[in-house]
Amino acid sequence: MTDIPAKAAAPSAPSGSVLLTLMKLRTFIALIAVLIFFSIAAPNFLSTANLILMSKHVALNAFLAMGMTFVIITGGIDLSVGSIVGLCGMVAGYLVLNGIDLQIGYTIYFNVFEIALITLAVGILIGAVNGLLITKLNVAPFIATLGVLYVARGLALLSSDGRTFPNLVGKPELGTTGFGFLGAGRLLGLPVAIWILIVVALGAAYLAKYTPLGRHIFAVGGNERASRISGVRVNMVKMFVYMFSGFCAAIVGLIISSELMASHPATGESFELNAIAAAVLGGTSMSGGRGTIGGTIVGAFVIGILSDGLVMMGVSSFWQMVIKGLVIIVAVVVDQAQRRLQSRVTLMQMAKAG
Amino acid sequence: MSATAEREIILKLEDVSKVYSGTVAVKRANFEVRKGAVNVLVGENGAGKSTLMKIIAGVERPTAGRILLEGEEVSFSSSGDAVNRGIGMVFQELNLFGNMSVAENIFATREITNRFGKIDRKEQERRAAEFLERLQAGIRPAMLVEDLRIGQQQLVEIAKAVSLDARILIMDEPTSALSAAEVEILFKVIADLKARGVAIVYISHRLEELIRIGDYITVLRDGRITGQEEMKNVDTQWIVRQMIGSDAKDFAKADGHVPGEEIFRAEDICLPRATGGLAVDHVSLSLRAGEILGIYGLMGAGRSELFDCIMGRHSHSTGEIFIGGKQVRERDTTRRIRRGLALIPEDRQREGLVSILSVASNLTLASLSRFASLFHIRGADERQAVTQMVRELAIKVADPVQEVSSLSGGNQQKVVIGKALLTGPKVLLMDEPSRGIDVGAKADVFRTMRKLSRDGLGILFATSDLDEVMALSDRIAVMSNGKLTGMFDRTEATEAALVAASALGHGPAAHKESIAHD
Repeated sequence: MTDIPAKAAAPSAPSGSVLLTLMKLRTFIALIAVLIFFSIAAPNFLSTANLILMSKHVALNAFLAMGMTFVIITGGIDLSVGSIVGLCGMVAGYLVLNGIDLQIGYTIYFNVFEIALITLAVGILIGAVNGLLITKLNVAPFIATLGVLYVARGLALLSSDGRTFPNLVGKPELGTTGFGFLGAGRLLGLPVAIWILIVVALGAAYLAKYTPLGRHIFAVGGNERASRISGVRVNMVKMFVYMFSGFCAAIVGLIISSELMASHPATGESFELNAIAAAVLGGTSMSGGRGTIGGTIVGAFVIGILSDGLVMMGVSSFWQMVIKGLVIIVAVVVDQAQRRLQSRVTLMQMAKAG
Repeated sequence: MSATAEREIILKLEDVSKVYSGTVAVKRANFEVRKGAVNVLVGENGAGKSTLMKIIAGVERPTAGRILLEGEEVSFSSSGDAVNRGIGMVFQELNLFGNMSVAENIFATREITNRFGKIDRKEQERRAAEFLERLQAGIRPAMLVEDLRIGQQQLVEIAKAVSLDARILIMDEPTSALSAAEVEILFKVIADLKARGVAIVYISHRLEELIRIGDYITVLRDGRITGQEEMKNVDTQWIVRQMIGSDAKDFAKADGHVPGEEIFRAEDICLPRATGGLAVDHVSLSLRAGEILGIYGLMGAGRSELFDCIMGRHSHSTGEIFIGGKQVRERDTTRRIRRGLALIPEDRQREGLVSILSVASNLTLASLSRFASLFHIRGADERQAVTQMVRELAIKVADPVQEVSSLSGGNQQKVVIGKALLTGPKVLLMDEPSRGIDVGAKADVFRTMRKLSRDGLGILFATSDLDEVMALSDRIAVMSNGKLTGMFDRTEATEAALVAASALGHGPAAHKESIAHD
């Protein structure tokens, strides 16, 4: 999970400069820096309980950020993920409580596994709507997903008239119990959510590196026209990234409602911004074509640990926002500086070589 | 080109060097620009011509050395600085704003305003029209640049530079996308500027062109100046020798193999134009295995559009295509590539390469499924294919994981060709395969075409270069105004006949579209 966020596309010029190496590993260094800082500044920070709690927080953002990374690499953006989290949570909650009324006197109740599948399908479906708007109707990604952001949030609120679906324990006679497993369950001492994150992250990293689809995602972001002429099914690639993003958001929706044993329609508001921040912090280029899953995960950890650590230190949430914003800006500035420095180092080497 | 008495030197570079990321582009160059003359600069791609010009135009700053303008040392911190000193430049890669009108582009940063600071659109368009009139391009000032063909965009770029009223005008490959007729007009404009005492620095790959209009010639090789002469003292052989160090073979020779069965046929291809009429007008042609069919035509003759139709890039095109006698019913590019078609597009940067990906990723982009079992890319197989293609096409690259944008133009073109070949095509469509690449890379490309045809591929290649089409083709098709206007066997084709056929349908009647509402 913690593979080094090396720039996949960057030229592998031999860098003699220590500074350059430091800059390349900046997200990693930032991660270590915040870890060291808070382990000194915040008591109990390094306790196992706290670390596990933090990674659960981080995991939520990391899921969204992974989906977002692929979308951004293709040159798009997905603003709707927060709303999908909310809507999918409501879908899961509704199914646990009410099942589906067939209007002929029967109501189907699903077991938890089926509910999870249906919820994931809903997330993927909303992602597909994003994809169709963008590929078939040529709506700009920003606008398409902004529209879906409102629609999905509206639907989530409509589903319960704005109320929370409480107490999702289910009924043994209907076979709907066990919903809490995703959010609160543990396997081998680690929360289930973390295991899911590990599986999805490894899958996504593999996809990016070793599959034609992954290669096509980078190609589409780098040059859409050239990709099309090379036979890349650009529309299918775009459909995939938005559907994957929806899938990731659905997972988060499930985990949150499972953890709280309740579904609230406002869940996930502004989550999309945290996801974008993590991706950017991890070295994803907003202009497309560059980014890694490993980098994004590290970026999500930096943001997550930063905010949790600040809470533990008792820093006001207003200051937390300021600090988070500064970290993001610094990350991007360093990214630019690294590119400039890199070219200068190569240049100096060339000059030395004659 | 009357009595060339020593003309006055207006600009002088002394020991100028420029080091870039990746290369030393210019090494201790001494270069003189003379007033009222065409100062030609030649050299292979990557020799440093464009860099040298960017230094003069203030786009780049030299790492070392001095620039003397009329004897006085100057240092430009931006291109605006250079423009103020009377230095204008027509860039090789078009520096235009596609989303703005032609007039707005010509007067960008020098907008004509009225008393209240509002842009005087009418006046700009009127003045722009004057410059465009001189280029006789049929471009209206109110048109959006992105709606123009590349050739026309190049003319706009030229009009923009001319409108600067510069004392020194640098033209970096101004003719690379122009038709023969448009080149003639440009030369008239150049002669006119020359007579007014403007110093022109002219860069081109087309040697015959240089010899025709140049007064002084400077040859660059690997960033060094290897020769500086008055044009009247030199010939093609001399230039080529200075450029690449030895005499070059122009075109790979035919090996006399006989083409086989028909491998490809297009029937009745039509493509409607957005402005009405047909961009491709009922074109039918057939190609045999191992045959090179050249398609000659001027800019806008519909050659690229024909290729686009064949590749399935336009959903609204009509007509039928056959490969090996079987109709290709697939309408999309992906599946047509699988059926054995491959296109090498005209515009390398925009359509050929994903510039931020590596050489290796670009090479295998179109053929990844070949290296994948189910969904896993077999890394070893991919690397092997890349290494083999790099060797076969003589792509000069230290390591295939290098970004493709770090290569020179000729090597980038080879990557595009390699990408197409890795799909295992039966029919190869090459759109201006030698455009904007140096003599050495051209020879490599032509040799590759010969070899492929010997291996039984059918090759359709479009070009606006007469020599090229005559030297390489087994048969020559001529297109004009969307129609196929001639089909010649190599033995019976003459330059005159080709030119005549390429001008058919370009009468005054063909320009109906200019009545379009504004």
